[in-house]
Amino acid sequence: MNDFQHQTLSIINVGLRSFAENISSVGGAVEHVDWRPPANGDREIGVKLAELINHPAVEAANQVAFDRYAAANPVLVGVGVAARDLPDMEGKTILHAGPPVAWEEMCGPMKGAIIGAAIYEGWADNPEAAEKLAADGAIRFDSCHHHNAVGPMAGIVSPSMPVWIVNNEEHGNRAFCTLNEGLGKVLRFGANSADIIERLKWMETSLAPTLAAALKASGPIEMKPLIAQALHMGDEVHNRNTAGSSLLIKKLVIGALESDASQRDIRDMVAFVAGNDHFFLNISMPCCKAMLDAAHGVKGSSMVTAMARNGVHFGVRVSGLPDRWFTVPAPVVDGLYFPGYSIADAAADLGDSAITETAGLGGFAMAASPAITQFVGGSPSDALIQSRDMRNITIGRNSQFTLPALDFAATAAGIDVRKVVDTGILPVVNTGIAHKEAGIGQIGAGITSAPLDVFIQTIEPLHASVAAAS
Amino acid sequence: MPNRFLIRKNHYFDSVALMRIAAELEGLPGVRRATAVMATEANLELAVAANLVDKSVQAQPNDLLIAVAADDDDSAEAALAVAEDRLDNAGTGGRDGGAAREMEPRSIAMALAGNPQHNLVLVSCPGEYAAAEARKALNLGLNVMMFSDNVAIEDEINLKRIASRKGLMMMGPDCGTAIINGIPLGFANGLGPGPVGVVAASGTGMQQVTSLLSQWGVGISQAIGTGGRDLNSRVGGITMIQGLEALAKDPETEAIVLISKPPSADVARKVVAAARAANKPVVVNFLGAERAPNDNQVQFAETLEQAAAIACSMVGGTAPVENAADPAVDISGLNGTQKYLRGVYSGGTFCYEAQLIMRDQLGPVWSSTPVDNDHRLTDSWTSRENTVIDLGDDEFTQGRPHPMIDHRTRHERILREAADPETAVILFDVVLGHGAHGDPAGEIAASIDEARAIAGADGRKLIFVGFVCGTDLDPQNLARQVETLRSAGVVVEASNAAASRRAASLIQAIAAPSP
Repeated sequence: MNDFQHQTLSIINVGLRSFAENISSVGGAVEHVDWRPPANGDREIGVKLAELINHPAVEAANQVAFDRYAAANPVLVGVGVAARDLPDMEGKTILHAGPPVAWEEMCGPMKGAIIGAAIYEGWADNPEAAEKLAADGAIRFDSCHHHNAVGPMAGIVSPSMPVWIVNNEEHGNRAFCTLNEGLGKVLRFGANSADIIERLKWMETSLAPTLAAALKASGPIEMKPLIAQALHMGDEVHNRNTAGSSLLIKKLVIGALESDASQRDIRDMVAFVAGNDHFFLNISMPCCKAMLDAAHGVKGSSMVTAMARNGVHFGVRVSGLPDRWFTVPAPVVDGLYFPGYSIADAAADLGDSAITETAGLGGFAMAASPAITQFVGGSPSDALIQSRDMRNITIGRNSQFTLPALDFAATAAGIDVRKVVDTGILPVVNTGIAHKEAGIGQIGAGITSAPLDVFIQTIEPLHASVAAAS
Repeated sequence: MPNRFLIRKNHYFDSVALMRIAAELEGLPGVRRATAVMATEANLELAVAANLVDKSVQAQPNDLLIAVAADDDDSAEAALAVAEDRLDNAGTGGRDGGAAREMEPRSIAMALAGNPQHNLVLVSCPGEYAAAEARKALNLGLNVMMFSDNVAIEDEINLKRIASRKGLMMMGPDCGTAIINGIPLGFANGLGPGPVGVVAASGTGMQQVTSLLSQWGVGISQAIGTGGRDLNSRVGGITMIQGLEALAKDPETEAIVLISKPPSADVARKVVAAARAANKPVVVNFLGAERAPNDNQVQFAETLEQAAAIACSMVGGTAPVENAADPAVDISGLNGTQKYLRGVYSGGTFCYEAQLIMRDQLGPVWSSTPVDNDHRLTDSWTSRENTVIDLGDDEFTQGRPHPMIDHRTRHERILREAADPETAVILFDVVLGHGAHGDPAGEIAASIDEARAIAGADGRKLIFVGFVCGTDLDPQNLARQVETLRSAGVVVEASNAAASRRAASLIQAIAAPSP
């Protein structure tokens, strides 16, 4: 401002709207900010946030983290077994969705799924015995995210379960997820009756080997182009996976037929995958995980690398604060409910699937999937608005994932906690809703927002980490 | 509980669309429960289980079923009518149409991301958050004008140091007005472009000088506000010196005016030293400060009016030698008890300047914001002898709007002074400009009528003296405002200094023994 004559004033107005009107009344350039006190009015955090805005160390770290996320190349390389392929899975270990949670605290569907997994593993003969085992501390519980894994809904992974293996060919890190069981009465919603266990056994002994053989014959599948194609076919690869599942089976059928798998196993595999429009979810999730893990642990970075719910807590991980979870109580989703159910029946928000939104897909790619917006009573134009609004809270855009309805604009990706707290614009999450009682299954779906408070928590530690570094 | 249902044969609807309809129906008054489904066997079972339909219902999987349970028949029928409408009108014109909505920015960084041309942030949010917003602006390389007050001096010092390091301007906190490149920021007057640049630690001080210059035909290059504490010893005049240096380099600026309430002595010296190095003529008006000797480069003015007059002559203009004063005021007919003047100001700097002028003519006057502490009113709400008060001071604006925006506080005070049998003269300011009240003179005129009635009922008459700070380019229009006051019988002067002198002279005349 030391050389007025070279500057045409262009003003950002924070506060009284009438001041902006005064400026425009004389032809001045002005933009009014729809301002509210950041961080729910917490002044101290607001000051720390202000110091982090455009902070050189954070900007540089975010560039590194985002570039790593963008360069990651997730490739579907095989089907493995949790005990063998996941790190640190010794003994009676069971992984679950979301941030760590103790058995006593867990929600109904998660407890139900754990009981099912204990029976499936042969650690117990019946639910009562399984429950006692869990309550006695004989089972070690941990978060999927601590083992390079993600799981939808309850997200239960036990040692014998088959897992998809996604390898990030660019950085060498791997991510895992169990195979999708379908809809209705399924383990991930807490069902644990004999037929569920039987299906899990079939998945272990028939489906997984057939898929593994098919994939071996077809060769590894690069997933980014497949996800990109699914986006162009109406999926957002979180709540809608119809296109992704179809594209996958197209690739696998040839491989399966070329493999040694029996005709009957191939038939069962194809029938199972073809009958489950969500089959692809359990691949899109570990792909997102592989991309985001590549960005995790960059000192000073304010990029979110995971959003995950365990039915009790909504948790967030931040790249620059790699050893921590930030958590708040998980909200109950006010979505649309299947006939006969209401919000009173709903479990609190559950599952690791918000990893898709964290990676710029799901709710962030809503414009690709207008049908999903109706879950909130919106219109397709709402979907466009939603995808566009998310750009305001991300570090960048992922040019590999484009949205036809927005003139093939790249999806917003790399949530920046500073931008969330500064603008109050919340990351949108598409989600299914589980019944709060184990085993009833999905009772609705909806669009929800990640809670502001969890992002507010990240500001002070991030500020401290940057201050300590500089 | 009445149940109603409808079936549409071979009518396929997406399940999500149906769930949406069901949710809407359940939100209607009197509706307990609703379902909208394709009538598959499973869905029919659920509807039966929920007591919405009974087993006898005839429907195929390709049929669409909508059923409601309501408190009464009317509600049930109404709900089905809504359902029919939704089925018939699906897909025709959503609420948002196809139009893309542009979101208003939610933060400074978001606004800047949308338009990288932005270069200044005007901050007027509540003071407790203002420093953080200013910090964001500076971090993003943007200049700041901070209108907000109630900001800690430590924050002010910190922000100004950061700004100075980055070569940015940090105007404020508590910076009421500025005009940069012709754009009014905050409460600014309508001013034309011209050769005089101003740096002011007082908003109304700046308005007085620039408005007078404007009325004398001299325009403004830049008017930079610093905030009231800039010349405090702790802040050290950072912004004033920065502004002075910027104006010194600005080819449009031929003369510079510096304005402040009493600065700390060491800062004043520092600023004057910078003024001497400016290579342009500078007028300094530091109210109540000790004057250094004039030289060719720097001249000192005692009042805002005088500062404007000197600046006017520096750029070759002509200030009126003596204001065209109103005709002599008739002081006869005052009651013997009426001896004192009461100043009811909305501008703090005007109140302060008035006290300095009256002190010379009348001796010390009382105030809630006195120039010397011995004359602080014990009760700010009650005047004694000669009193001038600033109704814009924090003490009077707690939980009330500022008197420049809302006249009520001043109205009450004028009536109170009118009821006091010792009041002879009531003195006031009227401040115009963007952001000020739309017709302040009209408001005051109404108060004056009421005040005269109160005094009249007691057999007294009152003398009103005022001035209007503003220009003919202001939305309220100076000439119209002056006319309104004259019609109300007010003695209208051209400046605060002139009005203060006139009011004091009237008190002197009243006190003088009749010839």
